[in-house]
Amino acid sequence: MNDLEPTPDEVMTIAAARQLRDGEVVLVGVGPPNAAANLARRLDAPNCVLVYESGAIGARPQRLPLSIGDDDLAAAAQELVSVPEMFNYWIGGGRIDVGFLGASQIDRAGNINTTVIGGYEQPKVRLPGAGGAPEIAASAGRVIVLLRHSPRSFVPEVDFVTSVGRELDGNGHGSVVITDLGVLRPSPEDGELELVAVHPGVDVDQVREATGWPLRLRDPIETTEPVTDRELSALRALRSSARD
Amino acid sequence: MADAAKIQPLPDAVAALVKDGAFVALEGFTHLIPFAAGHEVLRQGRQDLTVVRLTPDLLFDQFIGLGRVERVIFSYGGNPGVGSLHRFRDAIEHGWPRPIALVEHSHAGLSNAYVAGASHLPFGVLRGYAGTDLPEHSEDIAFVDCPFTGQRLSAVRAINPDVAIIHAQQADRRGNVQLWGLTGVQKEAVLAARHAIVTVEEIVDELVARPRAIVLPAWVLDAVCHVPNGAWPSYAADFSVRDNAFYEAWDPISRDRDRFTRWMEENVLDATAPLGPEALTR
Repeated sequence: MNDLEPTPDEVMTIAAARQLRDGEVVLVGVGPPNAAANLARRLDAPNCVLVYESGAIGARPQRLPLSIGDDDLAAAAQELVSVPEMFNYWIGGGRIDVGFLGASQIDRAGNINTTVIGGYEQPKVRLPGAGGAPEIAASAGRVIVLLRHSPRSFVPEVDFVTSVGRELDGNGHGSVVITDLGVLRPSPEDGELELVAVHPGVDVDQVREATGWPLRLRDPIETTEPVTDRELSALRALRSSARD
Repeated sequence: MADAAKIQPLPDAVAALVKDGAFVALEGFTHLIPFAAGHEVLRQGRQDLTVVRLTPDLLFDQFIGLGRVERVIFSYGGNPGVGSLHRFRDAIEHGWPRPIALVEHSHAGLSNAYVAGASHLPFGVLRGYAGTDLPEHSEDIAFVDCPFTGQRLSAVRAINPDVAIIHAQQADRRGNVQLWGLTGVQKEAVLAARHAIVTVEEIVDELVARPRAIVLPAWVLDAVCHVPNGAWPSYAADFSVRDNAFYEAWDPISRDRDRFTRWMEENVLDATAPLGPEALTR
């Protein structure tokens, strides 16, 4: 593969970063959302306010933090608050425009599972659990969910509802699911997730095969704008900064 | 608590305040995790513990993997940015080395359980949990109607541990403690618990007030112990940085039962000095 060709993961991260509008207040979840939000701040949303549930408000990390409580996040933040204050005043109080979340499983209703695969008492796979996600999903103006597309992650019904999908569009519009194959949004009629765009080079059938339910398509299906050199080099510089 | 906090060696504080079967909070949200004090609890052989942390992190992975935990109260059981906590998963998925009971919350729920505990109220209240599967699997989450508006809200049972253990940057010689940076739920944990042990990076003659700091007066604490680098591989702002390389190295160490057990024996149970970055080279 050419070095200048983005990987599917890079396309996903860049497509997610493009969703942020400059100046928005963004609650950044652990994992892939962290890379996307920090990328957006380095590209076209330099005035985004990054909020981490660890208590950092207006974080300006120099390098990509590994955890959501890295020293670098706290050092340059506009304000630091306790965890109860973060959840009660800032998240629960409705001061977050965008919740940026990862997921292990998502279903057609947009419900998110980060708790267990299989039954709760005897799980096949025990996942980390809720963290801040249920309240972020319930309280943020809109939600951006990032996860890789596969029949194991896109299931008709999640094994455990950790965060509620109807909240995806409950408080405003524009909630979106970004994968390594394309972009899904809740249908305006009944909220079921439907495919609205595919990434360049991805076939609609490929997305259907990677989805565990009969996927509805919005007409017309759009194609994501190709990744630019500027976006790709910014993302790679960001990722290598995590190892400095 | 009438007595002033006493500055004392960590082994003495743990021996006096942490008993078998105790309910112990070890708090610190990514920052200031009290690893050294937790390791002292393990070294003293305490077992059948009920332990609470928002983020179990590597510390509870170690407690659970050694079979010391009967019940864990938590809200996010991952290795942040790395992946699974393998000992935590093995205990839940396969009951190794013993099954553990789970009391599971969201961060918002568990934070408010501490707030209620610190306030000596029976429950905390929040928006959240509605529509999720969490309440169905917990006796510590319920719903209440607001007496003023009729709104349906979530209630969480208060948390009142026997002892809270935290790490902080500074104490003065009378045992007043100051911590700053990301302060998590440490104030709430200390005030919710019947007893509190604090390990600190340094002991100074006089605490100089810091921006964004919390001061815990000596009279709400039982023991203050001088343990430099006592948060490693977590960190203490202005004293150390998070050892992300160790968080990544923990993944292969903890994946295998035998390797984990050997590692804990060599580096924690048989160790005489607090653990530091040199553990990676062993």
